Order: sequence, then structure tokens, then C-alpha cells
Amino acid sequence: MLIEPSRYSTSNLLGFLKSEHPDLVKFDLDPSLVSDWRNNGLDALEGTTIIAAVYEEGVVIAGDRQATAGFQVGERRIQKVFDIDEHSAIAVAGVASICIEMAKLFQVQVEFYEKIEGAFLSLEGKANYLSNMLKSNLQLAIQGLIVIPLFAGYDLKRKCGHIYKYDIAGGRYEQESYDAEGSGGKDARSSLKKLYRPDMSREDILKVIVAALWDAADEDLGTAGPDLLRNIFPIIKTITHSGIKDVEESEIKDLFADLFEKLSK
Amino acid sequence: MASPYYVSPEQVVQDRSEFVQKGIEKAREVIVLEYQDGLAVVAENPLTTVFKVSEIYDRIAFAATGLYREYEALRYVGIRDAEVKGLTYTREDVTAKWLTNVYSQYIGGNFWQVESKPLEVELLICEVKENPSLQNRIYHLSFDGTFWEEDKYAAVGGRADSIVQFLDDTYSENLDLKSAVELAIKTFESLETESGVEEPYEVNTETVEIAILDVNRGRRKFRRLSDTDLNEILA
Repeated sequence: MLIEPSRYSTSNLLGFLKSEHPDLVKFDLDPSLVSDWRNNGLDALEGTTIIAAVYEEGVVIAGDRQATAGFQVGERRIQKVFDIDEHSAIAVAGVASICIEMAKLFQVQVEFYEKIEGAFLSLEGKANYLSNMLKSNLQLAIQGLIVIPLFAGYDLKRKCGHIYKYDIAGGRYEQESYDAEGSGGKDARSSLKKLYRPDMSREDILKVIVAALWDAADEDLGTAGPDLLRNIFPIIKTITHSGIKDVEESEIKDLFADLFEKLSK
Repeated sequence: MASPYYVSPEQVVQDRSEFVQKGIEKAREVIVLEYQDGLAVVAENPLTTVFKVSEIYDRIAFAATGLYREYEALRYVGIRDAEVKGLTYTREDVTAKWLTNVYSQYIGGNFWQVESKPLEVELLICEVKENPSLQNRIYHLSFDGTFWEEDKYAAVGGRADSIVQFLDDTYSENLDLKSAVELAIKTFESLETESGVEEPYEVNTETVEIAILDVNRGRRKFRRLSDTDLNEILA
């Protein structure tokens, strides 16, 4: 038999990887190894601030570019926001290696489903799948290998943007307006609380997002603002009915320039 | 203890080939054609959600004829194995030549396994080139696991030979998408109007399934054309 009918019926690639290719799935690590590693004072790279907000046309998702290793800058150009498909994206905060792997496997799983079934997985279906992935990482999360994602997408059936936040145990909470996570998440949320309004235009929401990213970078040592010396800017994506789009670097640069001009007056 | 009957390998091949050929003769055809922006795959298929042509990986498409249940299983394991290879190495290492070898092992293995029924399928594995200096690839997989490379155009199914003969006379290089689709439809029409066809299949935009591998698309080159897309292209 080419495939077990039970494998076919769930279109679950990750289950197959876990049983047949465990070397490809990091979040099934032996938890006892992790505690030794942490006790030896080794640090993994950690990603910091991620933000998502619903606006008039859909949803915006963003993240800064810094990863820290203890009190040092570990990486200046890390990517924390990933396209999942044409209408959804994930942003991840926490231990970088596990975060990036989880985002990649999640993307591959969603695409696998789409190819096998010839249909898109519903937005809520994707959100629930991510919740299960986090649940299987719980044991590692308790030992410090934490992944806190934000999942955002445009719901083609309900015709609006949606945000899902998660806790380390895989609890999934739908957010109506905005959320920010990671070490600078609290500062970003305080910023959004003052500036965010429902049904903002693209132009306005991008101003709010850039301000929140700046507030996080300004208050939190782990979060980086725009790096004008090296030309590194946060990643911002919009997701609307017509699909997912990166906000151009030049536009982000101008948004920060406008913000700084306002703040320095 | 009873000893098993001896059956010569020649006899096995002959029996099994005859059995499968009977199935394939009845199978509706799929055509693949190279056009200026990639490869177009066209099948006679009146169904709107059950497909003969499908996306396997970024640059690779799968076209099948024969028993649906069997090629659907092959499609599934192809997508699965491609994802595993892409995760193990990197996406660009997943190639049509590799995939064809994988299928050859699955199909050939099944053909020679005496206690199982041989698969009644024929496949075309199509790959669009990564950049203009390279070539598109078309691999033709037979029911016993043998395969060969095709150039510019190919067909699988009961009347594949007649299709190839027709295309030998009518195909030209650098077709635009419209001309490629029209040529494929014309090819099917010529098959159906041949003398001796009882109840010819009505070929129109709603009864053919078309997908393309378009070199100009992003990472995923595969695109399925809807009836609306088709009417627009043929307008």
C-alpha cells in the first residue's frame, strides 16, 4: 500500500515527519538535554517585539529585526514575520531557532494541505493547527524554549482581518483589534492603546504600527528601532482581500522619518 | 509442504502488462505542451473539483491518467516526499528528475510485487525551467515504472499515440498561451471526430481541465485555469 488511509484522511504532514523523520522536527527535542544546556549558561538567540493590528482593509503584521543572546545583540537582521500563504502570516517571539522552525513547518503544513485537498484551509483551521503545534512544544517551553506567535490573516468568508494570540500552552485567543508580544510587547501595547482606532486607513494604521515599534525599541533593550547606519528596518506586511504584501523599505523609512520629526519638535 | 507454482518472469510481465494495458486503453488523455512562458497541461475532464493535473512542488506539476484512486495515492506521496526533501535540504534541490525516479521505484516496485495488483496509471512529470538559460523538463512514466524524457510535448492515455502524431504535424515552438490552449483543444477535437468514435466527447472550455507552469510567477509556478480564465484567454 502506498499510503495508510488514516494518513491520507487528515492531510497531516507534521505527524508523518514526527514519526518518520524526527530529525526534521526540533520541537520534539529530548527535554532533559535542554535543562542541561540552560544550566550550563548557554544562551540561544531570542527574538523580541511582534505586533499585529486589524484595519479597514484587513490586517497589518510587523516585527523588529533584532535577536538577543543574553545581554548582547545576537543578530541584527533576523526575520520574525513569515508569509504562510496568500492570506495569512505569522510573527514569532521567543527562542529564535525554535520559532523559525515552527513558522517554517507551519507554512509547509498549510501549503501541503492546500495542495492535497485542492482547497484553502480556513483561517480558523490554520489558527487551530498552530495551537496544536504549540501544545506539543509545551514541555520545552516550560524549560525555557518558548515560542509566542501572533497569527494574522484575512478571512475570505467573513471578509475581514483577524488576529490570534497564543500562550505557551497553545491556548488560542482571537483578538478583535490589535496585539503585541515579546519583550517589547508591553510597550508596544501601551502605545497602540492610545493611538489605535477601529477601521483605520492603511496610511493611519502604518503610522500607529511604526510608533508602537519605536516605543518598544525606545523602552526595551531587546528590541531594535530602525538601524539607519546599516539600513535595517522592521518588517511590516499588510494582508487584504487581494493578498499579502510587504510594505516597501523606502515607505517604512519615510514613516520613521516623519515620526522622528514629530517627536523632536 | 506444498511448493509454490513456478511462473517465469516473462509470463509475469506479459500477464501484468496485458492487464494494465486494458485499463489504460480506456483512460482519457492528458497533453502537455511547451509554450513561450512555460508548460501548459490540458486534460479532458468534465469534473470541476476532481483533477488529473496537480501541483507537486514549486516548479513541478503532475498529470495522470488511469485509475483515480491509484494516481491520487501517487500524487499524495509525491507531494509528501517533495516536502520532506525540501525540508531536509533546500527547496531548489527538489527536481522533476528526482521525483520521477521516486515514482519509478513506487510504480515499478508495485508492478513486480506478485501478490499486489499492478497500478493502472500513466504519468507526466513536468518541470518549468528556473531561468531562461535552462530547459523545461517533461518525464513520461509508464505503468511498469520505466520512464523517458520527452521534448516540447507529450501525452498519456489510451489514444496518446494518435495525439503525438497529430502534434508532430501541428506543433510549433514559442506559442503564446492562447495558441497553445487552442492547439490542445483542436487536438482533442480531432480525436473525437475521427471515424469510429461512438458518442464523441464534447470538447469546450467547461469540459477540459487546464493548468500551467508559468515561469513568470513567484515561487509557486503552478496555476489552475478556471472557466473564466479560459474564456478570457481564448477571447
